[in-house]
Amino acid sequence: MLPIQVLFLSAIIFVIGTLGVIVRRNAIIMFLCIELQLNAVNMAFVALSRYVGIEGQLFVFFVMTVAAAEAAVGLAIIISIFRHYESVITDDFSFLRW
Amino acid sequence: MDSLIYFVLASVTVGGALGVVFGRSPIASLLFMIASLGSTAGIYVMLEAHFLAAIQIIVYAGAIMVLFLFVIMLLNLGHDYKRDIRGGLAILFGFGVTGGIGGLLASRVMPEGTAALLTSYPPEVSIDTEIAEKGIIGIIAEPLFNEYLVAFEFTGVLLFVAIVGALALAKRSD
Repeated sequence: MLPIQVLFLSAIIFVIGTLGVIVRRNAIIMFLCIELQLNAVNMAFVALSRYVGIEGQLFVFFVMTVAAAEAAVGLAIIISIFRHYESVITDDFSFLRW
Repeated sequence: MDSLIYFVLASVTVGGALGVVFGRSPIASLLFMIASLGSTAGIYVMLEAHFLAAIQIIVYAGAIMVLFLFVIMLLNLGHDYKRDIRGGLAILFGFGVTGGIGGLLASRVMPEGTAALLTSYPPEVSIDTEIAEKGIIGIIAEPLFNEYLVAFEFTGVLLFVAIVGALALAKRSD
C-alpha cells in the first residue's frame, strides 16, 4: 500500500470535516467535525512517517493530547453556554462572535 | 488482499465522516465518528504504527468520545431531532470553500507531487527495519524521552491547565 492512497483519504476526510464545521449549527457536532479534521491530519503524518522518520508518529501523539485538552475545555464552554441559553445551536447566542 | 482490506477500511472511514456531518441526532453523529476513528486505527495498523493504533482506540474512541457522549446525555440532546444543517447561501459557501480546499489538496497530493518524495526516500530506507530492531513501543519511546522530553513535560502541564480550566468554566458560579 502506497502512502499516496492514505494521503488522498486524509484529504477527503479533511474536506468533509471542513464542510461539517461550515454547514452544521449544533456546537457539539461542529466540535466533532474539528476532531475529524485533526484525525485527517494525523493520518497524513502517519502515512509519511513510514518513509521520512519516526518523528511523524511522535507528532501524532502530541496532537492527540492537545485534542483531548481542547475537547475538555470546549465541552466545558458548551455546558456553561447551555446553562445560560438552554441551547447549543450557534444561532441562538452571539457573545463569542465579533 | 492488502488493497482490498485498505479499500474496506477507507470506505468505512469516509462513510463514517459523512455520517458525522449529515447525521440527524448528535448521538448518531457520535457513533459514526467512533466507526470512523476505529477504521482509521485499522489503517494505522496497516502502516506499521501499531502503538498509535492502540492509542487511537483507547484514548480517542474510548476516552474523548465518551466525554462527548457524557455531555450530550448531560444536556439531554439525544432526542433533539431539530434540523440544524444550514441552507441556502451558507451551504453554497460551504461547498465552495470545501471544494477549493479539496482541489488544492488533490493538486498537491497528485502522483507527480509526491514522486520527488518517494524517490528521495525510497521504500528501502523505510523505518520497518528500525521497528524490527527496537520494537513497536521502543521506537516511539526512545526519541520521546530523549530529544522531545521538554515537549513531553509541557504536554503534561497543558493537560493540567486544561483540567483546571474546564473545572473553572463548568462550575456553577452562584
